[in-house]
Amino acid sequence: MTITINGKATEVLDALVEMNLLLFLREELRLTGAKIGCGKGFCGTCTILIDNKPVKSCQKKVLDVADKWITTIEGMAEPDGTLHPLQQAFIDAGAIQCGYCTPGMVLIGHAFLLKNPSPSRNDIRKAISPNLCRCTGYQQIIDAVEAAVGCYK
Amino acid sequence: MAESKIKSWRNDAREKVTGQAKYTDDLSFADMLHAVPVYSDFVHARIKRIETKAAENYQNVLRILTAADVPGANRFGHIEKDHRIFADDKIRYWGDVVALVVASDRESAIKAAELIEVEAEALPSLHDPEEAIKPDAPLIHESHGSNIINTHRIRRGDVEEGFEDSDFVIQRQFQTQFVEHAYLEPEAAIALPRPDGVIEIYGSMQHPFSTRRFAAAVLGVRLADIEVIGTPMGGGFGGKDDTAAIVCARAALAAKLTGHPVKIRYDREWSIRESYKRHPYRVDYKMGVTSEGEIKAVQCKIIADGGAYCSTTPWVTWRSTVQCCGPYQVPNVHCDALGVYTNNVVAGAMRGFGSPQMNFVVEQMVEIAAEEVGISPVEFRHRNMVKQGSVTVTGQKLDDHTVSMSEALETVIDEIDYENKLKSCSFGKSQSDELYGIGLAMSYRGMSLGAEGMDFCAAIINAQFDGSIILEVGIHENGQGAQSAFILLLADELGVDRDRIRYRQPSTSTIPDSGSTVASRGVLMGSNAVLAAATEFKRKVSAAVSSILKCKAQDVRFADDRIYGRDEHHSISFDRAMHVMFLQQQFPFAFGEYRAPRVSWDEKTGQGKAYFTWVYGCQAAEVMVNKKSGRVRLTNAVAAHDMGRVINPGMALGQFYGGMAMGSGYALSEEIKIEDGEIVNLNYNSYRIPRSVDLPDMSAIFIENPDPNSPSGAKGIGEPTNEIMAPAIANAVYRATGKRYLKLPIKIES
Repeated sequence: MTITINGKATEVLDALVEMNLLLFLREELRLTGAKIGCGKGFCGTCTILIDNKPVKSCQKKVLDVADKWITTIEGMAEPDGTLHPLQQAFIDAGAIQCGYCTPGMVLIGHAFLLKNPSPSRNDIRKAISPNLCRCTGYQQIIDAVEAAVGCYK
Repeated sequence: MAESKIKSWRNDAREKVTGQAKYTDDLSFADMLHAVPVYSDFVHARIKRIETKAAENYQNVLRILTAADVPGANRFGHIEKDHRIFADDKIRYWGDVVALVVASDRESAIKAAELIEVEAEALPSLHDPEEAIKPDAPLIHESHGSNIINTHRIRRGDVEEGFEDSDFVIQRQFQTQFVEHAYLEPEAAIALPRPDGVIEIYGSMQHPFSTRRFAAAVLGVRLADIEVIGTPMGGGFGGKDDTAAIVCARAALAAKLTGHPVKIRYDREWSIRESYKRHPYRVDYKMGVTSEGEIKAVQCKIIADGGAYCSTTPWVTWRSTVQCCGPYQVPNVHCDALGVYTNNVVAGAMRGFGSPQMNFVVEQMVEIAAEEVGISPVEFRHRNMVKQGSVTVTGQKLDDHTVSMSEALETVIDEIDYENKLKSCSFGKSQSDELYGIGLAMSYRGMSLGAEGMDFCAAIINAQFDGSIILEVGIHENGQGAQSAFILLLADELGVDRDRIRYRQPSTSTIPDSGSTVASRGVLMGSNAVLAAATEFKRKVSAAVSSILKCKAQDVRFADDRIYGRDEHHSISFDRAMHVMFLQQQFPFAFGEYRAPRVSWDEKTGQGKAYFTWVYGCQAAEVMVNKKSGRVRLTNAVAAHDMGRVINPGMALGQFYGGMAMGSGYALSEEIKIEDGEIVNLNYNSYRIPRSVDLPDMSAIFIENPDPNSPSGAKGIGEPTNEIMAPAIANAVYRATGKRYLKLPIKIES
């Protein structure tokens, strides 16, 4: 089977189709931006996008994403290294501390803004609620997503 | 500064926002093995035999390690060497590790771990510290001779006289809970046997130097034989000191014995099961006040559940005694604190370190007392709070820095419009289902380790001949932004662009042991070490370039990436100056060290200069309480803290918001539940830390008063922000419901 990760079609060996998707990304593809936080889908550090929808990859098998379009944090910046405006907004807003939730937060924020170009601050607060952060109290993460709204219009 | 105007910066932001930052589990080495801990079903038991045969024969398993395989010391700890690397004589809590399975893949190791059988004689277990201190209670550590880990006391004045002089004597009992740090990155470690015989360790830990001590002791080698590499860490909050170091030490042992790199990565459930927590306290508090609202006496007894091992319990409870009266002047104090062994999960350091519990007590007691006396709680605080020149309950005179307690209180009152909003509080009565309340709390906090321990820190500035600069400081990057604060400070001191400076997270082999990155001491100690190094660096450079600039060395100035002589016509670029130094065969290199000013302590009386400086802060909270569901919703929160000097505003804000958020979880939702010795809430679905929707937009106000005790001006902010939200919420809940909640977390009966 084939999955498309960050725009690149990737052939998956038959032996790996039953593998946990998060472990497959991290161990087979060395895409370590998605993190293992709780292993049960409660914390969102493993968030990736499947067809632009946020998904907790620790709860999926590789098989579940056959023929799907996957975005991981490694696919957010331009190939030349230019950051996505949302990533830059995270930096400017001081939304990053330990950074462990950051990849998931960027992706869940990105998916939300793709669907909702004119959200209220409270909409953003609700949108990121599936993902946990223990450092920031979420405030500067919400600031960052709010600051990037204009880039999605 | 308006919060929205602050553009943040940190040196490691790009790698974190792109997913490139390599945390411990993101690293991999050739021929790396995987190890997992083995727990038993016992809570308190004498070990007879650990049967490992079946596990040894399981596929891909290389080795099973138990206490018998430890070549050095199997028992370790910061204070008491009682924490077992592997349970040896007994199992003392449900999180005790009896063995480590090493296999070529993690899955096999986990399967094999299930095959290990522990034969043991179950012993009666103790889960209530008050039971544990009874004379006939079974001993958890027989060699200790008692279940009392430690005692601390404060004896000041004469409390009996103080109570006699009081018009009101108020007595309450308070209780707090076990709290999990809930860092998002569970414990992880990789140990690598190097060809030169050194074991190299990468790990998720906030104290590389204690990790090195633990690992060296376990292996029975010297400190120089272990090198701990600073690695990006997914949160610590005080929780990645001893337990995290033990995980690293076990990896080191496995690496040493197998000759392979070994990785240990914890599942969340293992992390919550084994790692230490914030201490539950039971506090009996008696306060005597006059009808004028003056506190005359305080008597308190603190019983802290230390769990199965000592960890930092004596230090945590020491801070609780020093701060047992909050930021108030009390002439007569009698305080006893006990740390107690139980068969509960270990309790140790967590953000606040003995202060969140006491602030929850004191900041409600002052409000209860004010009400008895019949004056406003704000007025009551003003009458009793420490002011410039006041003497603390341990006899320390606060005259060598700005005592800004009143400033912090007034700032928050103004910002949140406290006095007006007081009028709208429901006190249990409302037309709708919602009850409204507002509350505040304040504290002072002794900075850094105080009389707990050795307190000094090193920094190294190593400029290159092209003008680039490498900076190292003996403080660990826990995620708080220590590195960026040090870069910004150095850039400011040397008058250079920050992009010129590369931070190198030092290893334990490249910089002197500068202690633990705890106690809000990172920026305080680190910034002053950087400042000392910068001063020495400028002295060297000035001497080298003064002849070119045709001035005396003391007239040389550093600004705008240039070095100036008497005036702007005499200058050379910073790059050129570095080049010149190399041509003169002089290293533009400086070592700086900062020693905390002297503190003192008399263990018998509990008197002395406990901390070399203090910070002051106040927080307020507004809540809505639903009468039917009992749910408490935090609708607004404001904080003002004096932190000396703000170096990196965006990151300082993050400390405020994060600390307040964590404090709200402490107040309302977080509680490790232990049933028959087993923790029942082992993951985030049942251990509930605040989510974004549980929090309002918060406001943070910096108060900056210079402090001669800290030459850089910076003090610290990590813990102060986390230690008063719970009492602020408790006071708000009181004004909403008309009822006092003296137990954490606050649970409202609907």
